[in-house]
Amino acid sequence: MSAVSRLKALAWPGRIGLALVVFWLAMAAFGGALAPHDVGAVVSQDVFGAFSASHPLGTDYLGRDMLSRILHGSRFTIGLALAAALAASTCGTAIALAAATAGGWVDEAVSRVMDAFISIPSKMLALVMVAAFGSSPALLILTAALSYTPGAFRIARSLAVNVRTLDFVQAARARGEGNAYIAAVEILPNMVNPMLADFGLRFVFVVLLLSGMSFLGLGVQPPDADLGSLVRENISGLFEGAPAVLVPAVAIATLTVGVNMLIDAATGRARPGASGDAS
Amino acid sequence: MTKPLVRVEGLRVTAKGPDGATLVLVDDVGFEIPRGEVLALIGESGSGKTTVALALLAYARPGCRISGGRVEIDGTDVLALDEAGRQRLRGRKVAYIAQSAAAAFNPMKTLMDQVTEAALIHGTATREAAEAKAVQLFRDLALPDPEGIGRRYPHQVSGGQLQRLMAAMALITDPDLVVLDEPTTALDVTTQIEVLRAFRAVVRGRGATAVYVSHDLAVVAQMADRIVVLNGGKIRESDTVDTVINHPKDEYTRMLVAAARPQPRGEARPEKETPLLEVRGLVAGYGRTGPDGLPAVRVLEDIDLVVAKGAAVGVIGESGCGKTTLARVVAGLVPAARGEVRFAGEALPAEMSRRSREQFRRIQIVFQNADTVLNPAHSIERILARPLAFYRGLKGTAARARIAQLLDLVKLPASVATRRPAELSGGQKQRVNLARALAAEPDLILCDEVTSALDTVVGAAILDLLAELRRELGVSYLFISHDISTVRAVCDEVVVLYAGRKVDAGDRAAMGHPPFHPYADLLIASVPALRIGWLDALPPRLAASLPPIGESRAEGLCPFLPRCAIRQAGRCDSAPAPKQKLPDGREVLCHVPLAELARIQGAAP
Repeated sequence: MSAVSRLKALAWPGRIGLALVVFWLAMAAFGGALAPHDVGAVVSQDVFGAFSASHPLGTDYLGRDMLSRILHGSRFTIGLALAAALAASTCGTAIALAAATAGGWVDEAVSRVMDAFISIPSKMLALVMVAAFGSSPALLILTAALSYTPGAFRIARSLAVNVRTLDFVQAARARGEGNAYIAAVEILPNMVNPMLADFGLRFVFVVLLLSGMSFLGLGVQPPDADLGSLVRENISGLFEGAPAVLVPAVAIATLTVGVNMLIDAATGRARPGASGDAS
Repeated sequence: MTKPLVRVEGLRVTAKGPDGATLVLVDDVGFEIPRGEVLALIGESGSGKTTVALALLAYARPGCRISGGRVEIDGTDVLALDEAGRQRLRGRKVAYIAQSAAAAFNPMKTLMDQVTEAALIHGTATREAAEAKAVQLFRDLALPDPEGIGRRYPHQVSGGQLQRLMAAMALITDPDLVVLDEPTTALDVTTQIEVLRAFRAVVRGRGATAVYVSHDLAVVAQMADRIVVLNGGKIRESDTVDTVINHPKDEYTRMLVAAARPQPRGEARPEKETPLLEVRGLVAGYGRTGPDGLPAVRVLEDIDLVVAKGAAVGVIGESGCGKTTLARVVAGLVPAARGEVRFAGEALPAEMSRRSREQFRRIQIVFQNADTVLNPAHSIERILARPLAFYRGLKGTAARARIAQLLDLVKLPASVATRRPAELSGGQKQRVNLARALAAEPDLILCDEVTSALDTVVGAAILDLLAELRRELGVSYLFISHDISTVRAVCDEVVVLYAGRKVDAGDRAAMGHPPFHPYADLLIASVPALRIGWLDALPPRLAASLPPIGESRAEGLCPFLPRCAIRQAGRCDSAPAPKQKLPDGREVLCHVPLAELARIQGAAP
């Protein structure tokens, strides 16, 4: 199916979601170059300034340009979340495939270890990690990846175990194929779609985790800021209804809602292969 | 002349294709059914027979639309009814018996609740009256324990019983018309007989009018008064059973009738016999290994089997007899607990990991279900390229040339290579499945029910292909099937399995006449013959109602004992059955002397 026909097949919530996702990815990639001001520069006497021609999204609690801060911040939020979600989904899927094709006690052991990990609340783990090692982008990615790998593993394993019992996998075994071939060539292509959906979900979770960490002051450190820390540092503007606190919150919302709408539309379509009836 | 109960005129059912074009599923179908007659709708998959049957309930499956024609039942045009009118019609005037009873019952409710449901919904009877009537129906349908069976849940009865309970469910409201949609297709042959007999008794006893949908001409010949042959949504022939079966006028009907009478395909086996596969004293099963080194659930017990080079050996038995496990042990998917599997003179290791790639190459298995055995994510080319690369290191142009050859060998067009399995028909998928096995250039192909999921005509074509490949390439087959007529058509030798034991074996000629092991006798006699009145003429020794396979199986005794109609107290229930041999190579596992077996079985008409 070509890209155009895929797009046509997408329902309108999916198209809105796609537009939002593309917009935010573009902002993350080019936002820094588009920003009218330096991220740390105090450019206005007006604190918590309203929407204006010179500062389209107002100014923050120090009088910095909000548009520039959002454009910079989205790079952190999206970049970190993308890296962490990618790491979590890839590791989870790889471990799940290895466990499911090996079967027996290997599968059992790996699954129980992952179950133990899944019981650690992600925010607690993140707090402990930051307390122990201090906050840095690399550590945040590692922490987020660590907390979401077990979830990705569980989904991937349940998919792989279902595919594992199908006849074409049995046929491959009877041919004498090794576990690596069976995992990568026979099983993986049949679980890619649900795993992509799961990846989108993990991305949203990581955005929310990182935003929460930044809101607590433990995420991205000043002078850099991600969307979560932008909300936190401008929280006192809430009582004045300042754009400085509303805009980053809306940014987080549109990003996560957009990703979710895209996932729902992309995975909710009728699956091919349900062919043939008994008539 | 009385008015017919059902009159269908110019029925047309359409669906919208993926590209928005209108597909005609049923085109200009018309027939009449007089009160008290049984009409059969016969055809292959996609012929529209179920679609026509559902239209009698004024129902079209999702995505389909009844776009023209009239369906008149007892003077009412049911297509003109509104939704409420249709609800009053369904289950009350027209009842439907679906193919899979197991899927049609709610596992959480008792059978009695479900059987009486229609009567209570339509208010035709009080609960007490409905239950009394249900018990009467259970009795008429020859169900065991008619008083108590209603308190059970669906999983507590067998498949054949469930199918009969579904008939009771349909008949509870005394409908004018009963639609039976392939009601015995999913059943084993010996179970099918009981169900057919029960169905016919109630249909005749109540003078019910029925539509019987089936792909099986031989079954229909026992049940119906008239036959409508459908193909591609159009009527090919519509006549009495006798005319359709014995003097078909239409070319397509003639083809169906021919396919229903399998012809022997293999030729005499080679003079010099070199054993290729030897199985000795094989025991295999599933579950935890006990202290004696044997698995908890033993599926195969002491199996001996030899497949000579270039020969075809058939293994038959009903579901649960262990025939698929046998193929899986040979392929290495299930380890043997005891015994030996020798291939081309050397012992095959039980574990897969210790078999060499060459051993894998020489034994290929063709699985039963072509729908699931091809990876839906791969193209046909990729599916066929893998064994070429894996076993023989063929890549690039050489591999593509070989794939084209293979597709040609199984009589598929070369354009199939770029397609995905989901884009092929069932018969085409089975050919690809076979081509993949042939790509390895094996010496032995294990065919596990390769034709059972296919229509008769397509299945016959696959059997022809197998016979041709054997002649041309000299491959050997271990051919596993539940259908003795299929096995007799392709195999030189037949082995009958029952509850994991080899109860009867012999070459094709010897298996053509008595004596048989009582189970083999039952199996052979249960295959419906394409002959009117076959069901009525069955010998009484086959008429007994049978318990399910393997029930109350005593250790060491004859496994068939509980079901055997000619068992002899004091002999059969005291010692293991001896293996009796005949001069022509037959082996029968039975206490009853062969001469006596031959006398009992020869007496049958």
